[in-house]
Amino acid sequence: MSKPKLAIYWAAGCGGCDIAILDIEARILDVAAAFDLALWPCAADFKRKDVAALPDGDIALCLFNGAIRTAENVEMARLLRARSATLVAFGACAAAGGIPGLANQFGRDELLARVYRETPSTDNPAGTVPGPRTAVPEGTLELPALEERVRALGDVVAVDYTIPGCPPQPARIWAVLETIVRGGPLPPKGSVLGAGEKTCCEECPRRREEKRIRRFVRPHEIVPDPERCLLDQGLVCLGPATRSGCGALCPAAGAPCRGCYGPPPGTRDQGAKMISALASIVDSQDPAEVEAILAGIADPVGTFHRFGFASSLVRGVRP
Amino acid sequence: MTFEPRIVGFLCNWCSYSGADLAGVSRIPSAPNLRAIRVMCTGRVDPTFVLRAFELGADGVLISGCHPGDCHYAEGNYKAMRRVALLQAVLKGAGVDPARLRIEWVSASEGEKFARVVNEFTARVRALGPLKAAAEPVAAAAD
Ligand code: SF4
Ligand code: SF4
Ligand code: FES
Repeated sequence: MSKPKLAIYWAAGCGGCDIAILDIEARILDVAAAFDLALWPCAADFKRKDVAALPDGDIALCLFNGAIRTAENVEMARLLRARSATLVAFGACAAAGGIPGLANQFGRDELLARVYRETPSTDNPAGTVPGPRTAVPEGTLELPALEERVRALGDVVAVDYTIPGCPPQPARIWAVLETIVRGGPLPPKGSVLGAGEKTCCEECPRRREEKRIRRFVRPHEIVPDPERCLLDQGLVCLGPATRSGCGALCPAAGAPCRGCYGPPPGTRDQGAKMISALASIVDSQDPAEVEAILAGIADPVGTFHRFGFASSLVRGVRP
Repeated sequence: MTFEPRIVGFLCNWCSYSGADLAGVSRIPSAPNLRAIRVMCTGRVDPTFVLRAFELGADGVLISGCHPGDCHYAEGNYKAMRRVALLQAVLKGAGVDPARLRIEWVSASEGEKFARVVNEFTARVRALGPLKAAAEPVAAAAD
């Protein structure tokens, strides 16, 4: 009897999600025993045409990582949606645009000009910029076009589940896969899998006190106390605005949470929630002083919406 | 035809909403662009409300409450002031003029000030133009 099919795809992302799947170690053999691979560009030699040849809905499970940045990403998202019974937005980029989504602070032309013409390290006297079609003596070269904006997978096709994280933690990935391998029931469609229902702070071993911040510091500026809450020490830790699930990996290791597990349940915009949390603990009532304290937060967009800018409410502020 | 901005105003129940009322009953003319939303305190204005207002088409958002020291809940207006500062930083990063978000203190007896604030803010946002059209258009995605 043929086994259910599994596809794993890598769109606009760094590849860390694929590695995180391999980090389930020997249990990958259990996955191989339970599924037939239909596509996994990082590890196997199936091509787009192999997927295209399958009937719709034939792939039981597709773990799709990476954001939607190019026309190719759009095409593969549509193809895999059609061929998969269950499509999972895997990791922060597929779930919310991730780090690539920060590029949405700029338009496509602005990005291309900056990267290919203006950066101090660029030496490009002919002003060559990649485009969908480039004429060379041998003929015309074609590349998938860049979309104007980075989008989350769910902004392009319907997604059944989301597994958050940058990358999702292997233990949580395995917990989800094990449930599926055993044929166990999954929560209703639309749910977040492989994560908790609280905030990162609830999993954090650090001791919290009453928060009163008069100065923000950046990680390289202090050696944090090993036991006290990092936010109490003036480091912008996104724990209060981030979904639990990773076991508070970063704060446990002395680094503030960056928010990669996305907003906690019931929160529409992670950055807005963090702004709310910070506004409550800055210890000043004088507008000029407040401004000076808040100026200590470097790169507010990249801090509050590091992984979710492309799907944040701020995105909706502009078309 | 001149552009008429849509402005959402979150007004605290105890001061600015009454101030708006006073402006009304005193027949002090103020711009009709403001859509007033009564909240119990400016501290109730979640940053999500502000972003959502912009997302749904507001060209400007005004938050108005009790003067410093007068908030009915002691500290709500200070919290709102700090939220506005952070929201302005994020709006700026997203390419939106932070002047589209303003916080003001108007007491229940300041009907005149309320009208002035609304008129000034409306003029400012009118000068900035429509928010959505101000941004560069999204090229039709390949779909
Ligand atoms: S260190 Fe971060 S995650 Fe831990 S309690 Fe403090 S804010 Fe929360
Ligand atoms: S602590 Fe925060 S940034 Fe670090 S892995 Fe967990 S959710 Fe991600
Ligand atoms: S009650 Fe008016 S601002 Fe708090």
